[in-house]
Amino acid sequence: MIEAVGLTKRYGDKTAVYNLSFQVRPGAVTGFLGPNGSGKSTTMRMILGLDNPTAGQVTIGGYPYRKLPNAARQVGALLDAKAVHGGRSARNHLLSLAQLSGIPARRVDEVLGVVGLQDVAKRRSKGFSLGMGQRLGIAAALLGDPQVLLFDEPVNGLDPEGILWVRNLMKALAAEGRTVFVSSHLMSEMALTADHLIVIGRGQLLADMSVTDFISANSADFARVRTPDTEPQQREKLSSALTEAGGHVLPEQDGALRVTGLPLPRISDIAHDADVRLWELSPHQASLEEAYMRMTQGAVDYRSTIDQKEGLQQPLPPGVQPPMPVPGQGQPGWYAPPPPQQGGQPFSMPPQGAPGPYGAAQGAPGPGTPNPYAQPVPQTPPAPQGAPQGQAPAPQPPQPSQPPATPTSDLTKPEDAR
Amino acid sequence: MAVPQVVRSEWTKIRSVASTVWTLSLVVVVTVALGMLISALSKNEFDSMNAQDRAEFDPTFISFAGMSLGQLAMIVFGVLVVSNEYSTGMIRTSLAAVPQRGSFLFSKIAVATALALLVGLVTSFAAFFLGQAMLGDHRAEIGDPGVLRAVLGGGLYMTLIAMFSMGVAAMLRSPMLSLGILMPFFFLISNILGNVDATKKVGRFLPDQAGSRIMQVVPPLDDDTPYGPWGGLGIMGLWVLAALIGGYVLLRKRDA
Repeated sequence: MIEAVGLTKRYGDKTAVYNLSFQVRPGAVTGFLGPNGSGKSTTMRMILGLDNPTAGQVTIGGYPYRKLPNAARQVGALLDAKAVHGGRSARNHLLSLAQLSGIPARRVDEVLGVVGLQDVAKRRSKGFSLGMGQRLGIAAALLGDPQVLLFDEPVNGLDPEGILWVRNLMKALAAEGRTVFVSSHLMSEMALTADHLIVIGRGQLLADMSVTDFISANSADFARVRTPDTEPQQREKLSSALTEAGGHVLPEQDGALRVTGLPLPRISDIAHDADVRLWELSPHQASLEEAYMRMTQGAVDYRSTIDQKEGLQQPLPPGVQPPMPVPGQGQPGWYAPPPPQQGGQPFSMPPQGAPGPYGAAQGAPGPGTPNPYAQPVPQTPPAPQGAPQGQAPAPQPPQPSQPPATPTSDLTKPEDAR
Repeated sequence: MAVPQVVRSEWTKIRSVASTVWTLSLVVVVTVALGMLISALSKNEFDSMNAQDRAEFDPTFISFAGMSLGQLAMIVFGVLVVSNEYSTGMIRTSLAAVPQRGSFLFSKIAVATALALLVGLVTSFAAFFLGQAMLGDHRAEIGDPGVLRAVLGGGLYMTLIAMFSMGVAAMLRSPMLSLGILMPFFFLISNILGNVDATKKVGRFLPDQAGSRIMQVVPPLDDDTPYGPWGGLGIMGLWVLAALIGGYVLLRKRDA
């Protein structure tokens, strides 16, 4: 049993963990979740007595870690897979840890077998992959057959077989009545492994509950409804019918509807009454990942932004449009690009602007003139819509129509002036 | 946590890394080889020396001439033993297994010190006997007054250098920082301070200046050093004690 009471840790003026209180009980796998920098590792280090709490305390079986008699036999921990001397062989690393608590050397060979490293036991751990390092760290944690086990990101770098093995190992350890405390970023993995969750964000406790409670408390289950793509009016019809019946309808990007507040049979009945055919009607339970995202979205410290690559890309030659960004990058109403047009400017403007003034300009630009296609796009749409095709070119032609005449004058004039 | 168990574990750690073998063999090889070379050169030079130089001629101390370089390898050994834990992150595994940080640090230092003492004595005796062999007619015998003290002292000096490095490394944690401070200090700064008249009086209280007094059998004629051979070693011991206490206090207080 691990018990934290009012645990607080400050580094200078940065508070890493604030007033954290929780219990990790034996006989269950307790998952420890939180965004990067939320204080998970700091908490783990305080449990192990490596960092001193600024305030509050954390105990294992009633003792602060540093006062724990024969700590190595009671608590096993994997903190950092790479926290080994790379020049030391795996076996010697474990042997030095075993000797600390009077564990016989035979046990070292046992755990090496348990984690599947027996063939590389004599090799320096420098050459180990991340996954092998994790296995070595897990072996170190298992060495003393402890009642309390802490794992910080144990499946990092493991292959699928290794992940499955760790999952079963955690469950088996918990089933034997041990206390198992595991931090991880892999929500799908936690959903399968953990019975109980402790979630922190910005160093504060966000949730302390069972996995099932956590998912249902932090997610709205919904039904996905799809009407035939070929008949958009059916979709409208069903939308309004469902809304009338008290459901909440959200269109999804691919044309499906996300319905909440109505049970599936009711949706089916409503569709039948409205005479709308359905291509899909499926229940969706939010995953642990969605529930977690929903809960921690306000507590994320490190959020990625779109890579602008400012100054890294070569300046575009005049007349060439920047490439279209990848679909879905911060553009809510993105649709497929218009079909390529003549002139090699396939993606440069909204479709409705295409046949306008540029039709006349096609192939006409002379040397030295700014390419009309490089004009900011927003200027153009009003022209073709408001004015007939024939007139539209009138306000704009200065650029496209004059060039054939101007090149000579444009080029010579400055020279004359000098 | 029983101390003998921690000591055994530290012994496993120290014998299972290559740096131990490398640094300690370097200590022996460099000290002995350089000592032999300088002894051979001194023998040839003896005939051209003036009366004062001949009177001050100290065959024992000359055979230890390689220690000025050999001690640098000893410093590397002392620094690496402690700071390896930090540079590899092993310290967290170690302290999670031995929450009593005093037991951890002093067991580690005890094991490394025992090893350094062994290597130091071997080096000292080897450097003495091989150096004397090079000196030919001008050699000193191990039975001469003060010589055995000097040879044993040479081993103790090397040991204390290693301990001092361990204490400094425990305070500074980073191997680069520790070596970057200790190497130039012992190789250059201490020598400069000890040889410039203005700073000589302060310089001779520095750990290596004071400690190396024990290896002298024939003191210089105008010797005004305020301490004897054992007094000098005692001063060096105080430096070592200060470094170790500093290392322990910081380790105890600090987050790992």
